[in-house]
Amino acid sequence: MSEVSQREPDPAAPRRPWLRLLPLLLAMAIGAFLFVGLGLKPKEIPSALIGKAVPAFDLPALPERPPGLKSADLQGQVSLVNVFASWCLSCRVEHPLFMNLKALDVVPVHGLNYKDEPQAALAWLDRYGDPYQRIGADRKGRVGIDWGVYGVPETFLINAQGRIACKHIGPVSDSDLQDKLLPAIEALRQGKEPKC
Amino acid sequence: MLRASLVALALILLAPSAWAVAVDKPLADPALEARARAIHKQLRCLVCQNQSIEDSNADLARDLRLLVRERIAAGDSDAAAIGYIVERYGDWVLLKPPVKGGTVMLWLAPLLFLALAVLLTVLWYRGRQAQPATAATATPLDDDEQARLRKLLDGDER
Amino acid sequence: MTAELGHYALVLALAVALVQGLVPLYGAHRGEAGWIALARPAAAVQCLLIVVAFGALTNAYVSSDFSVLNVASNSHSAKPLLYKITGVWGNHEGSLLLWVLILALFGGAVALFGGNLPAPFRARVLAVQALIAVGFLSFVLFTSNPFARLLPPPVDGRGLNPLLQDPGLAFHPPFLYLGYVGFSMAFSFAVAALIEGRVDAAWARWVRPWTLAAWCFLTVGIGLGSWWAYYELGWGGWWFWDPVENASFMPWLAGTALLHSSIVVEKRDSLKNWTVLLAILTFSLSLLGTFLVRSGVLTSVHAFATDPARGSFILAFLFVVVAGSLGLYALRAPAMRGGGLFAPVSREGALVFNNLLLSTACATVFLGTLYPLFLDALSGQKITVGPPYFHATFGPLMVPVLLATALGPMLPWKRGDLLGALQRLKFAVAATLAALFLTLVLAHDGPWLAIPALAIGVWMIAGALEEAAQRLRLFRVPVAESLRRLIRLPRAAWGATFAHAGVGAVVIGIVASSAWQEEKLVVMRPGEVLSVGGYEVTFDGAAEFQGPNYTGVRGAFRVSRDGRAVTALQPEARNYPNPPMATTEAAIRTGWDGDLYAVIGDPTGDGAWSTRLYHKPLVHWIWFGSLVMVLGGLISLSDRRHRVGAPARRTTADAVPAAAEGD
Repeated sequence: MSEVSQREPDPAAPRRPWLRLLPLLLAMAIGAFLFVGLGLKPKEIPSALIGKAVPAFDLPALPERPPGLKSADLQGQVSLVNVFASWCLSCRVEHPLFMNLKALDVVPVHGLNYKDEPQAALAWLDRYGDPYQRIGADRKGRVGIDWGVYGVPETFLINAQGRIACKHIGPVSDSDLQDKLLPAIEALRQGKEPKC
Repeated sequence: MLRASLVALALILLAPSAWAVAVDKPLADPALEARARAIHKQLRCLVCQNQSIEDSNADLARDLRLLVRERIAAGDSDAAAIGYIVERYGDWVLLKPPVKGGTVMLWLAPLLFLALAVLLTVLWYRGRQAQPATAATATPLDDDEQARLRKLLDGDER
Repeated sequence: MTAELGHYALVLALAVALVQGLVPLYGAHRGEAGWIALARPAAAVQCLLIVVAFGALTNAYVSSDFSVLNVASNSHSAKPLLYKITGVWGNHEGSLLLWVLILALFGGAVALFGGNLPAPFRARVLAVQALIAVGFLSFVLFTSNPFARLLPPPVDGRGLNPLLQDPGLAFHPPFLYLGYVGFSMAFSFAVAALIEGRVDAAWARWVRPWTLAAWCFLTVGIGLGSWWAYYELGWGGWWFWDPVENASFMPWLAGTALLHSSIVVEKRDSLKNWTVLLAILTFSLSLLGTFLVRSGVLTSVHAFATDPARGSFILAFLFVVVAGSLGLYALRAPAMRGGGLFAPVSREGALVFNNLLLSTACATVFLGTLYPLFLDALSGQKITVGPPYFHATFGPLMVPVLLATALGPMLPWKRGDLLGALQRLKFAVAATLAALFLTLVLAHDGPWLAIPALAIGVWMIAGALEEAAQRLRLFRVPVAESLRRLIRLPRAAWGATFAHAGVGAVVIGIVASSAWQEEKLVVMRPGEVLSVGGYEVTFDGAAEFQGPNYTGVRGAFRVSRDGRAVTALQPEARNYPNPPMATTEAAIRTGWDGDLYAVIGDPTGDGAWSTRLYHKPLVHWIWFGSLVMVLGGLISLSDRRHRVGAPARRTTADAVPAAAEGD
């Protein structure tokens, strides 16, 4: 190093010392963000409908499996709306949970049968059980779009005033149910803001 | 263990045909169709992540394309048709993020970067000018250095 | 057995890399010649071991050894041999092994060809290189072992994604990695220089060929990737501003800036501080790209299937590399004051201008790519930053720097005269004005922005040619003399000519193909005729067919122009069973004026098919221009001064440039 100082008698000793620390500090800050980013779920797109009334719709039932589902059916009590389809593999994963909810009569669960063949849907319900009070058959998927559905399964929690309180994307796991949905249902019933 | 593959697994599971090209029935009126297509290019496909719905063959993308065509044919303005989708899926679907709240910095940043870069460059130029003559400037070249200078310049410049 | 051999070789390589990373570094510090001398053989041995490991994995792929998990998950016995080999890097573990292999090859190359470097300096470079290898070898061994066994072995493998069974994509990753990893050389040289506390013209000369080579590879890699997207994905796009694409583009921008700033260090002994910082940042951005692709923090159409453990590992490694080098930078940078003074309008000034804008543009791409993550982390809001953002921000930032490429080489060192430079570019100015006028006439209904944008490309090419003509003294001295100059003058300058003209061609291709593209999306019945881009396209129907490992539909189009048959187009839509996936094979006819691009969609009933037809004017200029850029890089790489080696390091006052200041 002596060589260097000899070569350049360095008239102005470091003029802006913070400047050479800047890259390091910036990199640290970015690193912190990246670290936080590891825990985020970029593929889950939050619903734009939280807190809003369920979209107006009136869907027919599956053949010989009444009743159908319409907006008015979601008024009056806390309920779940589960978007499902017979072609959806991960729907099978969460299905037993909804069967349980029905058996224990925890909360009414309605089905939104998304872009499905009615016969296939009926056969599927026959095989894996039918936990739904009402099922609306959304053959063209248009109502699904109104609900902001982009991947099946999705599950919506509706409050007693018919507003969308929470949305769960993907299959509901046991821990999702215990830690998220059930407490949220409890909160809604007590008239509190649900955390979800 | 997740199996690594160059295309995101989600893509394969959700939309087996997402890469095949989408070609669907256009609107009869070319002017309306052109508007619908322009809107398709601004909306992000939800299933297949970073593509516009125009570029995706996923089912939902096709449904959304048809929906946009319907809205346009029904007399919606471009903004209203886009608004219709945003109402349902949120700002996330907009490939061009709107300037508001959290995105102000995004849109301002390039200007700030440029201003900062210009400022630093100007400061650097001025700082150099302000430097008193260094010992080096005062020392004339010795013969050896002259020779090296010539060699350097000959080798590298016209 | 070979899998275990490969695994064992990797473990040994890690041990060797550890030694290579520590002993020579300490030896150089203490001045122990023996310890310093260890660097070269260690680098050679490490390289050899990794070659063995890579060979073992390749062997498992070629022999379809499905008892190796990686092979079983990504290969299939019915695959053509070429794709068995390229399948080695068509997955996370194998591609990392390729990364490590290239890293070791670069290290081996320094050991082999670094004879002109002072031994302590070379030892430090190799040590830093080895420390990077330690990080990646541990990553491979501890989180992504490609040699893991699967017992009992399955009868057949799961197959390679059909999208990857394509020559364009098969060779895209190796070039990309050669580029990314090549920048590790610039990094190692920069860190070694920081340790020694000095950067001078000799340093700039040593580091330049490595940076140039890496830049050429990266340019080829990005070009191949975009070309593949263009012909394979089926909607005629070639760049989507996807995070993974941006991840490769950021190091390219920074590397391009580095190539320019290091010229100033070499010729004028200035900008040292900044150049070293750029060298560090360029490689850091390469590492960041690896992190983004493999951690899943951003959603991308590309992206490897992700695993948080891997993400954490790379992030930790990234942190060590970046924080370590930038910390060292903060400590040592002040010792590296530059010498040569120059005015803002000068050759150096132009290079500074290039750096100013390229780094701003790089920062903008960085922010746009990571902003969704930043916002999500801060507020939970999820937004999309798509192509429109980059067009609106990156585009305008590029305009001044593109304009300056023609002017910069016309400016003399130290102090220049902008007006004088423009005067000497009078033919280029005339050509640009003519191009403006011509496009105005031809494209009088806009789009308006495209007309000046196209002229920028013409300006760059014409400017590069005119500068070259002046360098040759073309038409001012006898032709023989000009030819002599062509051979005698330094090749680096010719490299710049080609590279700048290549960028100009790319600009023209981008502007023309996006502004004047004609796109028809129609349902066609057999016998129907459609007019696209001056061609008449007749649809003759579509039929199913059976491919070697897929089924598909092939459409038949006849193309004619002014009544004369031009060509036949046969786009395909394929269905692969292993793994199930549909792909499109667009049919493309490249003419002098651009591409005619046809895609076949689905049947719509009664014999009609949905089809897409595009005419993309001058789109092939994009890849042609990229090739010219690479050619420029290669010419520059062959410059005499890289072969004869760097000048001896000065031991006395670094007085040359400063003393020449007076004129």
